[in-house]
Amino acid sequence: MPTSEPLIVLDGVNKYFGPLHVLQDVSLSVDRGEVVVVIGPSGSGKSTLCRAINRLEPINSGTITFDGQVLPAEGKALARLRSEVGMVFQSFNLFAHKTILQNVMLGPVKVRGEKPAAVRERAMALLDRVGIASQAEKYPAQLSGGQQQRVAIARALAMQPKALLFDEPTSALDPEMVGEVLDVMTALAAEGMTMVVVTHEMGFARHAANRVVFMADGQLVESAPPAEFFANPKSERARDFLSKILTH
Amino acid sequence: MDVFSDPSNIDVYVTGFLWILKLTAAGAAGALVIGVVLAAMRVSPVPVLRGFGALWVNTFRNTPLTLIVFFCYFGLFSTLGLSLADDIDLNNYWLGVVGLSVYTAAFVCEAIRSGINTVPAGQSEAARAIGMSFFQTLTMVILPQAGRAVIAPLGSIFIALAKNATIVGTIGLAESSNAMKELINANGDQVIPIFLVFAGTFALVLIPTGYAFGWLANRLAVKR
Repeated sequence: MPTSEPLIVLDGVNKYFGPLHVLQDVSLSVDRGEVVVVIGPSGSGKSTLCRAINRLEPINSGTITFDGQVLPAEGKALARLRSEVGMVFQSFNLFAHKTILQNVMLGPVKVRGEKPAAVRERAMALLDRVGIASQAEKYPAQLSGGQQQRVAIARALAMQPKALLFDEPTSALDPEMVGEVLDVMTALAAEGMTMVVVTHEMGFARHAANRVVFMADGQLVESAPPAEFFANPKSERARDFLSKILTH
Repeated sequence: MDVFSDPSNIDVYVTGFLWILKLTAAGAAGALVIGVVLAAMRVSPVPVLRGFGALWVNTFRNTPLTLIVFFCYFGLFSTLGLSLADDIDLNNYWLGVVGLSVYTAAFVCEAIRSGINTVPAGQSEAARAIGMSFFQTLTMVILPQAGRAVIAPLGSIFIALAKNATIVGTIGLAESSNAMKELINANGDQVIPIFLVFAGTFALVLIPTGYAFGWLANRLAVKR
């Protein structure tokens, strides 16, 4: 890993949903170019962790630093920071009233104020890259889930982000569409994009991650390179989790 | 139907409905603009704006339109001296538009707000995630989808507005209900035909309007 300071640093982060302590003193740092896969049982807080990084989920205590800057409160500074962190959601969340091309162009044109002609070119190149260029004029509802998710990745990339957050990007997909999305993600990882990926895809964790982080009950239990984690999980909780998902 | 063979009576009838048409058009435009702004206030993160929006809706939705139009005339114009035009008819017309707009805006606001609730939370999360401000998220992602979801109820509101426009007759504008009253006063033997013609004119215009809004609602619906 490069020696420069980490891109994303969570330090002693706590988050409550009412009485539920969903993030318990979580500390994590992600280096530039690093791919961190977060796994764990449902309700372990891994999605909340992912959403906290761009403050879609505000935290109650602790600090989150992105690129040397502590996450600001809601406002212009936060919006600027969010524009540098791409996010891909479980349910795609493409803008339903806009075409595929408009979805990808909206951020650069409206948030960054870039020239539409230049953005269009970049957007088409990105759509081409994720294999959707021929559908550019369609609306999200006309595409399959896998295609929509690839568009969502292109939309995030159009902002030329410093990092990408994936919140269970394949969990809402039909099984035969998971592969096409993971292929795009694997290519991004290989190119050196900094990624935090919450997922249940153990295959992706094994071959694309630099590090696997295991969460359970709001705590960050274990953090190790994938080969080491899958071969020798240190905690009882992780062994239990892996035995349940890997025996089938 | 002798009454409608007299050209001057036809003139009264046409003038009356032209006023209704103009009141409805201007009132709808005003109500739509104010209503959207109010809805934006009611979902904004600023408590003062939310409070203002709620106050407006609760005030005007729960006050009879007759009182509001009276207030525009006797309060704004007679007492406070707010004159909106030199011509007396035009002045009454614009006072009526003000009353109809502020009243109908309360209903438009609530329709839009219910439309906002039909837009999945993920849409605004995605907008915020690419760095959009609250205002950008609202105007570029939420309202366009919310508006399309409530075209049919907005149609009902504007149909009600067209009928409510007759209330501006109470402050002296010669709109359709005043025109009808005038014709009935002069032709007491033909009350039923006069009544049927005026009621029929409203129905004839508004029934297709309702279908048109239904058609638009289907056509513009956001596919999910």
